[in-house]
Amino acid sequence: MGKTVEQRERVVVRFAGDSGDGMQLVGGRFTDATALLGNDLATLPDFPAEIRAPAGTIPGVSAFQIHFASRDILTPGDTPNVLVAMNPAALKANLATLERGATIIANEDAFTRRNLEKAGYAGSPLDSGDDALADFRVIRVPMTTLTTRAAEGLEGVGTRDAARAKNLFALGLLSWLYGRPTDGTERWIEAKFATRPAARAANLAAFRAGWSFGETTELLDVQYRVAPATDVAPGAYRQVNGTTATALGLIAASVRSGLPLLLASYPITPASELLHELSRHEGAGVCTIQAEDEIAAAGMALGASYGGHLGVTATSGPGMDLKAETIGLAAMLELPLVVIDVQRAGPSTGMPTKTEQSDLLLALHGRHGESPLPVLAAATPADCFETAFEAARLAIEYRTPVILLSDGFLSNSSEPWRIPEAAALPEIDPRFAHRPAGGEPFLPYARDARGVRPWAPPGTPGLQHRIGGLEKQDRTGNISYDAANHATMTRLRAARIAGIQRELQAVEIDAADNEDAELLVLGWGSSYGAIYAAVRRVRDRGMKVARAHLRHLNPLPPNVGALLRAYPRVLVPEMNSGQLAQLLRAHFLVDVRSHTKIAGQPLFAAELEDAIVDALQG
Amino acid sequence: MRSKADFQSDQETRWCPGCGDYAILAAVQGFMPELGIPPERIVFMTGIGCAGRFAYYMDTYGMHGIHGRAPALATGLATTRPDLSIWIVTGDGDALSIGGNHLIHALRRNVPVKILLFNNQIYGLTKGQASPTSERGKITKSTPFGSHDRPFNPLALALGAEATFAARTLDTDKQHLPEVLRAAAAHEGTAFVEIYQNCPVFNDGAFDALRDRAQGALNRIPLVHGEPIRFGPDRERGVARHADGDLCVVDVADVGEDALLVHDAHREDPSLAFALARLAEHDRLGGLPVPTPIGVFRAVERPLHGATAVRNAERAVADVAQLDAMLHAGDTWTVA
Repeated sequence: MGKTVEQRERVVVRFAGDSGDGMQLVGGRFTDATALLGNDLATLPDFPAEIRAPAGTIPGVSAFQIHFASRDILTPGDTPNVLVAMNPAALKANLATLERGATIIANEDAFTRRNLEKAGYAGSPLDSGDDALADFRVIRVPMTTLTTRAAEGLEGVGTRDAARAKNLFALGLLSWLYGRPTDGTERWIEAKFATRPAARAANLAAFRAGWSFGETTELLDVQYRVAPATDVAPGAYRQVNGTTATALGLIAASVRSGLPLLLASYPITPASELLHELSRHEGAGVCTIQAEDEIAAAGMALGASYGGHLGVTATSGPGMDLKAETIGLAAMLELPLVVIDVQRAGPSTGMPTKTEQSDLLLALHGRHGESPLPVLAAATPADCFETAFEAARLAIEYRTPVILLSDGFLSNSSEPWRIPEAAALPEIDPRFAHRPAGGEPFLPYARDARGVRPWAPPGTPGLQHRIGGLEKQDRTGNISYDAANHATMTRLRAARIAGIQRELQAVEIDAADNEDAELLVLGWGSSYGAIYAAVRRVRDRGMKVARAHLRHLNPLPPNVGALLRAYPRVLVPEMNSGQLAQLLRAHFLVDVRSHTKIAGQPLFAAELEDAIVDALQG
Repeated sequence: MRSKADFQSDQETRWCPGCGDYAILAAVQGFMPELGIPPERIVFMTGIGCAGRFAYYMDTYGMHGIHGRAPALATGLATTRPDLSIWIVTGDGDALSIGGNHLIHALRRNVPVKILLFNNQIYGLTKGQASPTSERGKITKSTPFGSHDRPFNPLALALGAEATFAARTLDTDKQHLPEVLRAAAAHEGTAFVEIYQNCPVFNDGAFDALRDRAQGALNRIPLVHGEPIRFGPDRERGVARHADGDLCVVDVADVGEDALLVHDAHREDPSLAFALARLAEHDRLGGLPVPTPIGVFRAVERPLHGATAVRNAERAVADVAQLDAMLHAGDTWTVA
């Protein structure tokens, strides 16, 4: 049967089903196939906080969204073009995200009376008499039936096992629809179920049945092609999410500094992923400890740094509250410590699986006493690599705790990453102290030109010394309650951190042909993609906008003040109530305008587009 | 051989006159040369409280940490630096109140560190509030009508967490304290040592029943591995097991030496050591259960914390080629 093939520049697909339906699995596999095909892509998993909410209910819906294109893209997409709905709850939970004309591929076998009731439907929205879906193109596919039929006669495969493979049927169908190659996926199924022959056979059969269904059904008369992206820099690529990129950035910093890495963490959503990721690398100078609590995790990391290793602890919101005391100790001891805050919606337990950028002021100020420290934020999943590397470098070279802000969106979301050359990464010199020549006394709080004190881990002969949380005498490090000394030490500690600005590069301004732009949009952290995409859309409409993005939030890069004053208007979009905007106003007395979103969701390009246009016109 | 002076730092000690900490400091400094470890490979880590100052007075490496967190800091150090001899100095408030969680988990993990808990049954540095080892009914600044709460028995707590080494000694016993330090130093895993320490300002005399020469002879029950448990000026009393399994103090003349319990510090099961720690507890009206066993209650071998992690730490950091391989792991593709 002849099918039409149409080209598409970009497509957003959302797989949605019950949390037990394996949506993350097929979403991830679809993403791998798409990456290998050479499309640019961005993904966003969206899963419930409950491990297994009651099956078939709306709280139990788990979804995975992928945006792929033949040109470079920046976000996982605001609105899906295609929704795969494995049950009525998945349809209901995601309907509001769809635009008119979107395609819904529904597993009609799951639209039973009981499932409809669980989702709160009076009757089936798939029935032709129902106009709930009138605005959409609905394709009803009996996925469960077709999957079980495909598995009939396979050795050792029962009806229930067969039905469980229906997610692979959906993957097969979508793979056909967008022309994703099948051989990689078949190899992946073989490997994944290598030790379970029956499951392997059932999943392979389901995947092939989904593909064949696409080829033969009259419901689908068009197959789409999304050509490989062409505006991509040459090099070797892989797909990474923010968690993997962060882990690799830390390992790279360990290799380039020669310091073994210790990660101590307490399980917390969404930061646990980093503990899982790094614990897989145990060996090769990497050690992980699952601590008894958040405080201990920070303490163990600091203890490792004291011993001359690279100590790292990772957590999310509530854990940051608990680590504050240890971060303050690290600031006083002037020892390296990398603290990774995978931000989530707060306050308190808040919404653990939902993303937010609301810990900026906590990172900057959330300790007692005057204890400034470097704060960095990653912009994209792949950018987590460089930002983690930079955080570790600053911690080691400046003997300071550093807070790296990531968030739930970055840690789970993935994109293609141009793999750097390991040898091209800068070397990090820990400059350990050695015994002073000529029997001079060792001064643990003497400073070099940058204000950095010597780092002498235990085991260094002749440099035995004592450090602690009590205020220290300048140079000697002995306990001191002297008033003038405390003022001196407070200023020295602050000057060392502020001095990092001297080596920071100026923030790059993306003005395109908009040097005379009326508006600067300044962002930080994971809203990078949405802001950039929105700016591009506004420019496509003929309006002039400049854009810049901050990685370093303390100290700020040297040109931020000049930048803010160079444009008549400044818009700062954030997933919080305006924390960076408040900071910029306070520092630079510039009347920046704030665009905020506190919905536990990333910013969307479409809503930002409106905000930018408003700011230009208003 | 190094001398005591090699372990004395140039810092002026600032405990109150008569504080038990002076005696402990002198004993520890005096014992250090015996270790045969150069001072640069010895680390003292402390928390907050009077005991926390200990680190400043040792001419070794030292970190005066934050309240209750020394076991966490030390776990990070011990995991990454198995070449060091790490000693934690803590107090009853530091270890059993604010740092209780870190203490029990260090014991559970069997981290290779020594923990010296100075127990004076009072908060000293904050000027005299009830501590988690203060006896019920104790009148302090924070408990003017008497403490309501039952105190922790530090050794019972440690043994409940299955500490692989648990001992008790006295600040002023110049012979027994170094003996216990020696045994602790020889232990590979976490060594927990409770040291009864007199606070002359806020809780003076709390341990007189043991520290005083005459009373001490009556009330100290020395535990010696492999020997029947006997005590008293003429070793006329002893510890035996009732038919119901409970331990009790007996007159040797009444029951005969064969009826006495023979101390076995190497018993895998900590129950008997736990019972010894709680001996006379039911008679306890004041702060101190007397008579009181001192010595090594338990010393058993168990795998150390992160036996594998420690090995990993010895492994070199990856080289650039290995890093390249990690960066290129999984599916990759090339754009020309």
